[in-house]
Amino acid sequence: MTPAIVATGVSRTYHLDGLDVPALRGVSLTVAAGDYVAVVGTSGSGKSTLMHLLGGLDRPTGGTLLIGGRDVATLSPDELAALRNTTIGFVFQSFHLLARTTAQDNVGLPLVYRGIGRRERRARAAAMLERVGLAHRTGHRPNQLSGGEQQRVAIARALVTGPSVLLADEPTGNLDSTTGGQVLELLESLNAEGVAVVLVTHDREVAARARRQIVMRDGLIVDAA
Amino acid sequence: MRIAEAWRVALDALRANRLRSLLTMLGVVIGVAAVVALVAIGTGTRQQIERQVEGLGSNLLIVVPGRLEAGAAPTSSPLTLDDVDAVNRIVGDPTRVAVTISSGETVRAGSRTGFASMQGVVETTPTVFVRRLDRGAYLTRTDVSTGRRVAVLGAGVSHDLFGDRDPIGRQITIGGVRFRVIGTFEALGQSLGVDRDSEVHVPVTAAQRLLGTARIDGLAIRAPDRERIAELSAAVVATLAERHPDTDFSAVTQEQILGVLGDILGVLTGVLAAIAGISLLVGGVGVSNIMLVSVRERTREIGLRKAVGARPRDIGVQFLLEAVLLTTTGGIIGLLLGAGTALLVDRLSPVPAALTWWSTALAFGVSAAVGIIFGVVPAQRAGRLDPVVALRAE
Repeated sequence: MTPAIVATGVSRTYHLDGLDVPALRGVSLTVAAGDYVAVVGTSGSGKSTLMHLLGGLDRPTGGTLLIGGRDVATLSPDELAALRNTTIGFVFQSFHLLARTTAQDNVGLPLVYRGIGRRERRARAAAMLERVGLAHRTGHRPNQLSGGEQQRVAIARALVTGPSVLLADEPTGNLDSTTGGQVLELLESLNAEGVAVVLVTHDREVAARARRQIVMRDGLIVDAA
Repeated sequence: MRIAEAWRVALDALRANRLRSLLTMLGVVIGVAAVVALVAIGTGTRQQIERQVEGLGSNLLIVVPGRLEAGAAPTSSPLTLDDVDAVNRIVGDPTRVAVTISSGETVRAGSRTGFASMQGVVETTPTVFVRRLDRGAYLTRTDVSTGRRVAVLGAGVSHDLFGDRDPIGRQITIGGVRFRVIGTFEALGQSLGVDRDSEVHVPVTAAQRLLGTARIDGLAIRAPDRERIAELSAAVVATLAERHPDTDFSAVTQEQILGVLGDILGVLTGVLAAIAGISLLVGGVGVSNIMLVSVRERTREIGLRKAVGARPRDIGVQFLLEAVLLTTTGGIIGLLLGAGTALLVDRLSPVPAALTWWSTALAFGVSAAVGIIFGVVPAQRAGRLDPVVALRAE
C-alpha cells in the first residue's frame, strides 16, 4: 500500500525582512497507511511547520514531499486544495469551528468544496457526529458545546471526507486531562479503523501513546523511535 | 462550491453584522435613490414639455427675424403686414398663417388692475395654434381689417379683472386705451415657462396703433402636412430675405424646439445624475472598505476553509458575492426609495416625474456593478491569503 505521506530531505526557509530563517532543515519521514506517529519538540523546533507541510497547507522550499503519492511541487494551488480536501483531515488545538454555524454544518463544511448538496452533507455530517458520540448535539452551535465536544466536532469534520491521514496539532492542548484523554481515545479508535494519525504535541505522556515518536529540534529530526 | 451555497454564506455573513451591513448599504441606497428620482423628474419634465409643444398645434413653422443661436444679438423686426400678404401667397391659404406682435401692458377694469401680455393677432390664431374659448367669440376678419378695439382675455386676466363675473361685453383699458371684451379663453396654465393665461388677444391692427408701429414680431404657419414643412420654410425665409436684405430670418419647427429643449434638459438631467452617481461611487468605496475589514476579521475562517479544501477562487467568489449582495440590496432599497420620492414629487408638487424601466434597470445594474468593482480587491485579497498565516491569525 502506498504510504500516506513521504517526505525526503524536506526543508522550509522563511524570508523575513531579507533574512533567510530556516524552519526545517532537511527532514525525511514516512507516514505509512494506518500509522500512528507522535511529533514532539519544544516550540520553535519546527514541528508546526512540518505539520503544515504534511497537510499541504504550505510547500517545501527544498526536498520532495509526496502526499497520497503525489508530489506537491507539481500541484497547482487548486490541486493542492483538492488534495487537502480528499486526503487530509486537520484537527487544531483551538478547534477552528465556525461560530455561527451548527455542529452539523461545521462538520459538513469540507463537503461544500466538493460540490455536494446540502441534504447529503447534512446526512453525512450527522453520521459522522454519531461516530464521535455527538448524535444529540447536531443542532448546537460551538458556544453551546464544551471544549471536549467542540474538539470532537472538529474531529468529525476532519473525518467527513474520508481522509487517509488525520493531522492533529496539539489536539488536547486546550482541554483538561479527562476530556483530553477522551479525545485521544477517539483518535486512537479511528486509527484502529485504518486512518493514519500524526499527532503534534509537546506533552511526553501524550506522545508515549503513539506507535512511534519523532523528536524535533531546530528544524531537524533528532530522534525517531 | 455551488453558487447557491456561496449566496447562503454571503447572506449569513451580512446577517451577522446587520447594523454594519445597513450602514454600508446606505451610501448605495442614497446614490441609487438620487439617480432614480432625478432621472424620473428629468423624464417627467421632458414629457411635459413635449406635450406642451405638441399642444401648440401640429406641423407648426414659426418664422422670426434674427438668428436662433446662442449669443446672437436680438434683432428688431422689419416685418409688416405686407410681408404677411407675401407669405400668404406662398402658403396659398391665409387661414394657415398667424401673426403676432406682443407687448406687456397694464390692463384695467373699473378699480381692478392687472398685468397682461397683449398679443396683436389675426383671426386665424385659434386654428393655427390650438386655443379654445371658454366664453364669447374670437376676433373676426372684420375686427382685424378695421382695427376694432375688441379683446379676448386669458383665464388669468379675466379672473384678475372680473373675478367670477361674466366679462363679455364689458370695457377694459389696455395701456390706457379702451377695449371691449368679446371672449375668454379656457385656462391653459404654464407652457414652456410662459403663463398662457395672462394673454390678451386683440386685433394686430389695433395693437399696432396702440404701440405706434407698423411692425409685427413674427409669424407662424401651419403646414398642411409634415412633408411640406421644410419646403415651406425655405420658400418663406427666401421671400422674406429678398424683401429685407439687411435682416436674417429663422424658421423653426416644433421638432427643432423640442430638440433644443430636449438637449438642454438632457444635459441638465445628465449632470444631476452624474452628481448622484458620484454618491454611488462614494458608497462603493464604503463597501470596499467594509469588505476589507470583513476579510481581516474573518481571516481565521478563511484559513480554516482553505485547510478543508476551499480553492482561492471559492473564497474570492464568497466575498465578491457578499459585496454584490450588499450593493444590490442597497440598490433595490434605493430604487424603491427613489421611485417613492419621484411619485411623491409628481403627486404633491408642480414638478412632474415619470419612472422609466430603463432608468430602474440601469440603477439596479449599476449597483450590482459597483459591488463587483469594489468587491474585487477585497475578494482577491481573501482568496490569496496564505492558509498557514490565516489559521494563526488572532
